[in-house]
Amino acid sequence: MTISKLVFIELWKRKSQLITGLLAITLGIAVIVAIQSVSVVSEQNVARNLDNLGANILVLPQGASIDDYYTSDIDAPTLPMDYVERILNSTIAGVDNMSPKLTRRVKVGDQSVVLTGILPKSEIASKPLWQTSGLTGAQLTTACAPNKTANISHGLEDEKLKRKAIDTLYSDDCLAGSQVANRLKLRVNGRINIMGKEFKVVKILPETGTVDDDRVFANLKDVQKLLKIENQVSAIEIMGCCNAISEGLLSQLRNILPDTRVTTIGQIVSTQIETNHLMKKVTLVMLIIIFFVGGISIGNYIWANVNERKREIGMLRMMGADRSAIYKMFLLKALILGVAGGILGYLSGTLAGVVLGPYLAGIIVKPVFIYLLWSVLFSVAIALAGSLFPTYLAARFDPHTNLQED
Amino acid sequence: MMLQGENILKQYHHKGGVINALDHVSFTVEKGDFVTVTGPSGSGKSTLLLSIFGLIRLSSGTIVFDGRRIDNINDRQLTAIRKISVGYILQGFALIPYLTTIQNVMIPLALEKVPGKEQVKRASEILDYVGLADRMEHLPGELSAGQQQRVAIARSIVHRPKIIMADEPTGNLDPSLSLEILDFLKKINQENNITIMMVTHSPVAAEYGTRKLHLNDGRIIKS
Repeated sequence: MTISKLVFIELWKRKSQLITGLLAITLGIAVIVAIQSVSVVSEQNVARNLDNLGANILVLPQGASIDDYYTSDIDAPTLPMDYVERILNSTIAGVDNMSPKLTRRVKVGDQSVVLTGILPKSEIASKPLWQTSGLTGAQLTTACAPNKTANISHGLEDEKLKRKAIDTLYSDDCLAGSQVANRLKLRVNGRINIMGKEFKVVKILPETGTVDDDRVFANLKDVQKLLKIENQVSAIEIMGCCNAISEGLLSQLRNILPDTRVTTIGQIVSTQIETNHLMKKVTLVMLIIIFFVGGISIGNYIWANVNERKREIGMLRMMGADRSAIYKMFLLKALILGVAGGILGYLSGTLAGVVLGPYLAGIIVKPVFIYLLWSVLFSVAIALAGSLFPTYLAARFDPHTNLQED
Repeated sequence: MMLQGENILKQYHHKGGVINALDHVSFTVEKGDFVTVTGPSGSGKSTLLLSIFGLIRLSSGTIVFDGRRIDNINDRQLTAIRKISVGYILQGFALIPYLTTIQNVMIPLALEKVPGKEQVKRASEILDYVGLADRMEHLPGELSAGQQQRVAIARSIVHRPKIIMADEPTGNLDPSLSLEILDFLKKINQENNITIMMVTHSPVAAEYGTRKLHLNDGRIIKS
């Protein structure tokens, strides 16, 4: 016989009380696990969908506005091409793809055209709307790996990985936006003379409804040479992981590119960040509520148990049990309840997520095993916090109260 | 001398004034004595029994147990003395209802951290001694009142204490069972030379004492 064995025997012999004590904490943990399991998957789906929309970060020269970038004025400021290397050589995570480009408004005959120099390998990947144009090349690799702790069984594929990048855009070749092609009556394999250089139109791009429709795209190196702006670009478009952006990618970029203006393409990123923050807030509120409800419930259960066992506590103190033995009796009981509540809560919450996920959110949820650890830790914390005060009072009982009841 | 109390004063403060539950009580107990403490209700019998080993703290006075002054030591030290040297028997038995007979008897040994096998051996021997060898796996609720008190007696002696403090041990028993328990306590006292201090309101039980203290209004009026 030991104090620990006494605790186990008492729990075993009073199973109905044990179940009552476990109920609140188990349900609380189950709700958290279910919400978290579903929300992580749906959060990931939103992130993935938004990532698939294309570039979401713009690195501009200090002092340049987004208007400058789009209007492509002749005197619009530029930034060094080396900055691309600087980002590549940094340890910043969450940068999937970079498209440096130099853009200037030029004259073709009497028509005004925006000439944009691009690095072909990176450019097409950032423009999902071009994917229908039939441009071919190697598939991209992505730096934007799914969150390691997240549920990866969402059933959706990352379309970025499927996008093709054209491997080459020869120095005499160019791509024409649908609107400019229409305006200048350009056709595939036709010719266009820009600032004295002849380009062959290798592709008319599909209409995207963006400024790209009014642009002529040529190799960045050629455009730099043609415009006499060597090793300079107007902007670097970046496809950043939305999760990484919400976790501080922009400030990391600003740190390594101090004389630039790093901005997001607002709507895309803010939607993702708002979604992430909302889910985090909901979970936090639930955690706080469950901590208090669970703690009060366990505290109430332990207090009832202490009162029921007053005579037993008094007798044990009489026989020479010190206060630490009384603490051990009730805190060990709380610990067992916490561990059991955490495990049962995790199992029921995961089951609820797996079963209800497809019906409620249209997503496939699979167990996230790391949540088992968190469930047990959280549940134990609730149980111990709730039991501490009743146990303190139990250890302070006057042993002779026991006798007075006889 | 096993136990000595000197000028023991226990006061309770109430709105109406101060009540002396024990009013300068002095006594001595020798090893092997069977001391009975009698007196009317409210005379301070139980207060005296509980205050000796610190379950009720004294207002003043000194208590010496086994050559050591114990009225001025801390709760932890008193707890250690109770664990090693004292056995308690109470009127209401105070058995733990969800433990079997043998598990109840093993508790004092568990508190002393006696190894498990030794606990079982000693508890079995004691239960055999009190005539309950065939009731070891029974729960208290499955035993008669007399059997429950014998389990409580077994529990009080299993750790070989120097003194047993019994508070109305026959208070819940009918006369024939009371005599059986009193005879048993006498047997323990004589065979094992364990000192017993027993509070009782029964004149019959009081006759079992080799020394008798009679209290009234917190004072010893006959010793």
